[in-house]
Amino acid sequence: MNRTLRAALFFVVAIAAWELLFRAGIWSPVLVPSPLTVGRYLGEALIDGTLWDATLVTMRRLLLGYLFGIALGLPLGLFTARYRLLGDTLGLVALGLQTLPSVCWVPLALLWFGQTESAMFFVVVMGTLWSMIIATDNGVRNVPPIYARAARTMGSSGVHIWVKVMLPASLPFIVSGMKQGWAFAWRSLMAAEIYVTILSGFGLGNLLHYGRELNAMEQVIGIMLVIIVIGLLADKILFSPWERFLHRRWGTAR
Amino acid sequence: MTVQTEIQNETPSKLSVQHVSKRFRSGGRVVHALADVSLEVGEGEFICLVGPSGCGKSTLLNIIAGLETADEGRVFTGGAPITHPGRDRMVMFQESALFPWLDVLDNVLFGLALKPGLSKAERVEVAQFYLKLVGLEKFARSYIHELSGGMKQRVALARALAPNPRVLLMDEPFAALDALTREQLYGDLQRIWQEHRKTIVFVTHNVREAACLGDRVALFSPHPGRITAQFRVGLPRPRDLNSVELARHATEITAALKGTTVPAEEFAI
Ligand SMILES: Nc1ncnc2c1ncn2[C@@H]1O[C@H](COP(=O)(O)OP(=O)(O)OP(=O)(O)O)[C@@H](O)[C@H]1O
Ligand SMILES: [Mg+2]
Repeated sequence: MNRTLRAALFFVVAIAAWELLFRAGIWSPVLVPSPLTVGRYLGEALIDGTLWDATLVTMRRLLLGYLFGIALGLPLGLFTARYRLLGDTLGLVALGLQTLPSVCWVPLALLWFGQTESAMFFVVVMGTLWSMIIATDNGVRNVPPIYARAARTMGSSGVHIWVKVMLPASLPFIVSGMKQGWAFAWRSLMAAEIYVTILSGFGLGNLLHYGRELNAMEQVIGIMLVIIVIGLLADKILFSPWERFLHRRWGTAR
Repeated sequence: MTVQTEIQNETPSKLSVQHVSKRFRSGGRVVHALADVSLEVGEGEFICLVGPSGCGKSTLLNIIAGLETADEGRVFTGGAPITHPGRDRMVMFQESALFPWLDVLDNVLFGLALKPGLSKAERVEVAQFYLKLVGLEKFARSYIHELSGGMKQRVALARALAPNPRVLLMDEPFAALDALTREQLYGDLQRIWQEHRKTIVFVTHNVREAACLGDRVALFSPHPGRITAQFRVGLPRPRDLNSVELARHATEITAALKGTTVPAEEFAI
């Protein structure tokens, strides 16, 4: 059987089971709404634009902070691997801060930046940056020394060796760091959006929060589904191509 | 510069190793890897360095490559002292040092790309010439992990030859291969060496391999690493690994080697 078909069938069965449980009337419909109610909410939110707007707001916050975190973390990771002084200082800081769940940055961000986009940006950057530094640093340290030696005999040195050898050679580590950074950033952004309202834009987290305030279970579940779908899509669109590239080149296919 | 002039033979250069010593300090212990080693290698000569593990063969090769510096003594190629790695001396390592993120052709192109004076198209042509020379022109777009061990070392050979070095340094390049593949590569290496004269320094554990490939075989002994004997192998080429003549030379060298050091099991005869 086709894999897509199989997956589709699975979801149809799962939703049917959900509907059956709903009809059985074991739980209050306020706590467990019918999939049809949830579907209707999503349809309406889509038509009146709230869902689309919230998704855009959230994705903009996420991508902005994430790309900045990567653009900053990658060179910093190279430097911490290259210069012992930076490795002993910044590397240690990164290691420490990476153990801090990135949600913990939210209160600090709010005190520093107030209820502004800057606070959101800051939280997302903190979620991405440390993972990225550590992954890159780790990746460089795990490059077999023979690669650099071979490159040097072929006339490579300095920046050329870093860009053409060390960077691509540590790609497997860097990609997994990017993935981890994404996961941390995504989680902390959701927490921040649920926790604080920023007038310049309602994200998915805000919708989730208001769903609770309004006791609208169909909204809570509907938004949760949207968040899950975005996570899945990010994985498939952002990371799968990289991982396929790595598997093909390094021959580490499953 | 054109492709034709680029792949024309570069005159091989003379190598002169003069009183080289090298010590390593590791964990408070000092290893005397090389002690006053001197060695002259003629233009276009094929010399094999044979000796037990840890006697400093790789260290000497790395010093000639410019990847490491000697504590004492100096090394000259074509009259100039060696201070840095350079494309006039290319190295082939025991384990494949090919880059997995590049395909076969791009691996061969890596060293060429750093050579001035060639257009992109010309470089590709040069790279393809060397891939053909090692019999892998059909695999230009394969990834490294898709190749067998023997094919990998062929690519490594093509990559080392591509910048047209004067000296080729080979550190046990065939040690990890099976006997049959190795024998094929002996044949190919001799053919290539005869067509594209290079000065070759070839490190090996295998006495028979040394007798098969080398014009001359230098024996090393460890602790401290030094050259204890040298043998000239005057057999006509291409040499057959299984010939009686060659076996006679190998036996002679092995006897000398046993005399100086180590248990015989270490050496394939
Ligand atoms: N970077 C290093 N640091 C410390 N000791 C080293 C280093 N490189 C080599 N040595 C020591 O120097 C000695 C010579 O090493 P070398 O690699 O040159 O031996 P070799 O003859 O190539 O051995 P093999 O045949 O096993 O490759 C060994 O005792 C080794 O432990
Ligand atoms: Mg060695």
